[in-house]
Amino acid sequence: MGKLFAVEVIYRGVFQKNLAKNITRDIVLAAHNQGKLGVSFGRYGDAPERNGIPAKSFAIVADDEQTLEAGMAQYEPKQLDLTVVLDDTLCKGAESWAWYGLQPVHQALKPGHTLIVISRDDAPALLKNIHRREQPYKLGIIKGITSFSGMWVYKDDHTDVRVLGAIAKVLPEVMTFESVEKFINEKLKSSLKVTSARNAFDRFTSIDVKAGEGNPEDLFKFDLPRWEDMRCGVSIKGQSQGGAFADPVTGEVGGFRPARNELFKKYSTRTQRPVVNFSTCSKCTLCWLNCPDAAFDVTIAGTYDTNLTACCGCGICEEICPVKDCITMVNESEFHDNNSQWAAFETDKDAYLKWLESTIEKAEPIEKRSHGFRYRGQYKEQVPEALEVAKKG
Amino acid sequence: MPTLTIPVEEKEIKKPLEQEALITGAEAIAIACKLANVDVVTAYPIRPYDTVMQYISQLVADGEMDCEYIVAEGEHSQFEIVKHASACGARVFCGSSGVGWMYAMEALTVTPALRIPMIAMVGNRALDDPGAFGVEHNDALAVRDLGWMLTWVDSAQEALDTALIAYRVAEDHRMFVPLAISCDGAFLTHSQALVQIPSQEQVNKFLPRYNRGDLLLHPDNVISVAPQANEDWVTEIRRQNYAVTEIACDVIREVYADFEKTFGRKYGNPFFEEYMTEDAEVVLLGMGTISTPVRVAIRKMREEGKKVGFVRLRWFRPFAGPEIAKCLERFKAIGVIDRDFSFGSPNLSGVVATEVRSAMYTGSKTRPPVIGFIGGLGGREITVPDVEKTAEIVFDAAKGNAQPLTQWIGLRG
Repeated sequence: MGKLFAVEVIYRGVFQKNLAKNITRDIVLAAHNQGKLGVSFGRYGDAPERNGIPAKSFAIVADDEQTLEAGMAQYEPKQLDLTVVLDDTLCKGAESWAWYGLQPVHQALKPGHTLIVISRDDAPALLKNIHRREQPYKLGIIKGITSFSGMWVYKDDHTDVRVLGAIAKVLPEVMTFESVEKFINEKLKSSLKVTSARNAFDRFTSIDVKAGEGNPEDLFKFDLPRWEDMRCGVSIKGQSQGGAFADPVTGEVGGFRPARNELFKKYSTRTQRPVVNFSTCSKCTLCWLNCPDAAFDVTIAGTYDTNLTACCGCGICEEICPVKDCITMVNESEFHDNNSQWAAFETDKDAYLKWLESTIEKAEPIEKRSHGFRYRGQYKEQVPEALEVAKKG
Repeated sequence: MPTLTIPVEEKEIKKPLEQEALITGAEAIAIACKLANVDVVTAYPIRPYDTVMQYISQLVADGEMDCEYIVAEGEHSQFEIVKHASACGARVFCGSSGVGWMYAMEALTVTPALRIPMIAMVGNRALDDPGAFGVEHNDALAVRDLGWMLTWVDSAQEALDTALIAYRVAEDHRMFVPLAISCDGAFLTHSQALVQIPSQEQVNKFLPRYNRGDLLLHPDNVISVAPQANEDWVTEIRRQNYAVTEIACDVIREVYADFEKTFGRKYGNPFFEEYMTEDAEVVLLGMGTISTPVRVAIRKMREEGKKVGFVRLRWFRPFAGPEIAKCLERFKAIGVIDRDFSFGSPNLSGVVATEVRSAMYTGSKTRPPVIGFIGGLGGREITVPDVEKTAEIVFDAAKGNAQPLTQWIGLRG
C-alpha cells in the first residue's frame, strides 16, 4: 500500500467555511499537478454551522486509488500529517466528528508533525492555550489577521495561498511549490497570489514543542449513554429554573443563577469575550435580558457577571449596554481561563479596575465586527491592512 | 406509443465544461442536468440534497444552463410542479432528502401511475425526528412499492454517469416511470472527488429528446389526465405499471451497454458490482458509500487469508432477483448490511436483507444463511473494524453455527 497524506484545516464555522473549503480543494488540485489523487471534504454536522463553532475540513491525497480509498474509509482521518488552524482562538480546543466536548487542536496530529496557526501572537502566547500532549510536535505560525471568509462574504486576503505555500514547505511530498505555483497560475490566475505563496513558503519556520509542553488544562468531555439508558420518544429532560447561589467570594446566598445545560457548552465558539466594569454598571438589566444564552449570573449585589462557561461571544451585551465602556468585547486569545470577573472585582476592586483598563487596551476592543466574530471581513479597507500584516510576517 | 411532433427551439451550448473536475456527488448530478439539457428544475432547500439545488442555480445564474428554475414553497409543491411540467413535455429534475421527500409523498405516489419520467436526486437522510442530517436509506425506500425506479451510487463519477443513464432509461417509451438516484448524505453529497466529465457531443448522442408522444398535455392533443376512477379501473391501471417492471431490467441492460459504447466507461453488470467474490466463501452485501470501508476491510481480510467478497447493489427497483439469487447461491453465508430499518419485518431485518432472502427463497438452488445487519444510521460511520466484525459473524454462520438473523453494528449498549 502506498503512502496516504491527510491534512486538516480547523476553522471557525460559517465565518471561515469557504476559506477552509478552498484550502483543502486547492491542496488536492495542486497535488494532482504532480499526479496524485485526492479527495476533499468537510465535517458534516451543523450545516450551515453554528456561527463560530470549531469546524474541520480535510484533504487526503495518495499516489494510487487503493491507498486513497483506504483513507476515505473513515470519515475523519485518525492520523494527520499536518493541521492548519485558521483562527488562533481555536487553539483552546476543537470538536471532533460525532463527539461532544473539546479536544486539543492537535488531537490526531502524528508525532513530530507540524501544527500551523494563523496568528499575530508568538509561540509562547499560543502555547498558553494549546494543550500539552505526550508526543512532541512542531509549531509554525503564519503571521496574519484571522480571515473572515465564510459563507456570504469572502475576504480575499491571500490567506489561502499563503497556507498553500507553508504546506509546500512542510510537506513537499504532498505538493511541491512548483505544483502550488502551477495551480495558482492555472486556476486562480493571479501572479500576486504566486508572490504571496512564495513569501509564505520562504518565510515559514517552526519550533519544536516538547512532550508535555503547553496548557495543562484537562479538557471537558463526557461519555454518550447506551441505548437502554436513554429516555425513549426522542425526549430529554428539561432544565430546572435555577435560583439563588452562593457568592464566589463572600459565600452569601442570593442573586440568581439560571440552570445551564451540564453537557452542551457553547463557549467553544468564542473569539471574543465581554469584560465588565462593575463599578459603572447601572443595573439596568438589559444585558441579562438580551443575552441569547442566559449567560449572565445576577450577583447578590445586583450586578451582572458573565458566566464564561455559557457565553458564546456574540457581543449583544456590549451593543445593548447603555453605559459607556461598561461592557467591552475583547479578543479571546488574551484569556486562559473562564474565571468569574465578579469574583476578581470583589476580591480587590482597584486591582480589577487596573486589570480591566490594561486588558481592554491590550486585547483590542473590537470597533468594527459582525455576527460575534472578532474581525470584520471582506471590506476593501480591511484587505490592505491584512496584507500589510502579512507582508511584515 | 404514437409520437407527436412538437416544435422546439435548439438550445445554444454554453461554456464547455472542464474535462476533469474536483466535485461533490451533488455537483456531479447538477452537471449531468446541464449536459442533459433539463428544461425545468424545481427546488426546495433541505440538507443534504440542497447542494445540488445550489449548484444548478449557480449554473443558471452564470448563464451556463438554460432552464426554468422554480423554488417552491415546500416539497409537496416542488414535486407537483415538475410532475405537471413533465406532463407538458419538459425534461425535469427534482430532489429532496429525508422528511422533505416524505412531505412530497402525495406527489410521489402518483408520478408512476401517470407515467411521469421525472429524475429525482435523493440525498439520503435520516427521517426526523430524531433530527439528524446524516445518511439513512429509509427516505428513498419509502416509495419502493409505488413504481419508482431506485438506484444507489457510491461515487461522484457514478452519480454523474447514472444521472445520464437515468434520463435515458426513464424516458424510454417502454418505461416512462420516475427514477430516484440516491446519494448518501454527506459521504457522497458533500465530499469532493475527481470526476471525468463527458462532452456535450457525447451526451447529445446518448440522450434523445424527451418525447411524450400521445401522453403530451398540449392543446393539439386533447386528453384528460387523472380523472376520478373506481373499482372498474384501478386493477388494470396497476397492471400497466406492472408491465413496466417486467421489462425494466432488459431496458437497463440495453442502456448501460450503450453508455459503455458512447462514453467508454465500463460498468459491467448494471444491477450489482462484485468485489473479490471469485473464490469467496462468504460475501457482504450493501448499497451506497458503505462500499468504501467494506472494500478496504476486505482487502485487509484477504491479506489474512480470509475469503470474503462484497456485492454492492446498484438497482433496488427493479430488484434483479433472479440474478442476485444466482450470484449469491454459491456462497456459504451472506451478510446484508442495511443502512435502514424495517420495524416489524420478518426476522426484524432491514429492507435489503428481507428482499434478498425473498429473492433467494425462489431463485436460489441453495439455502445459505442470510444474516441481516443494521448500522450506519443517521450518518454514523461504518468503520473498517465494524466491517471486520460483521464478516467474522458471517464466517461463523457459514460454519453452521447459529447466529441471530438480525444484528446491530456499532450500537452503544
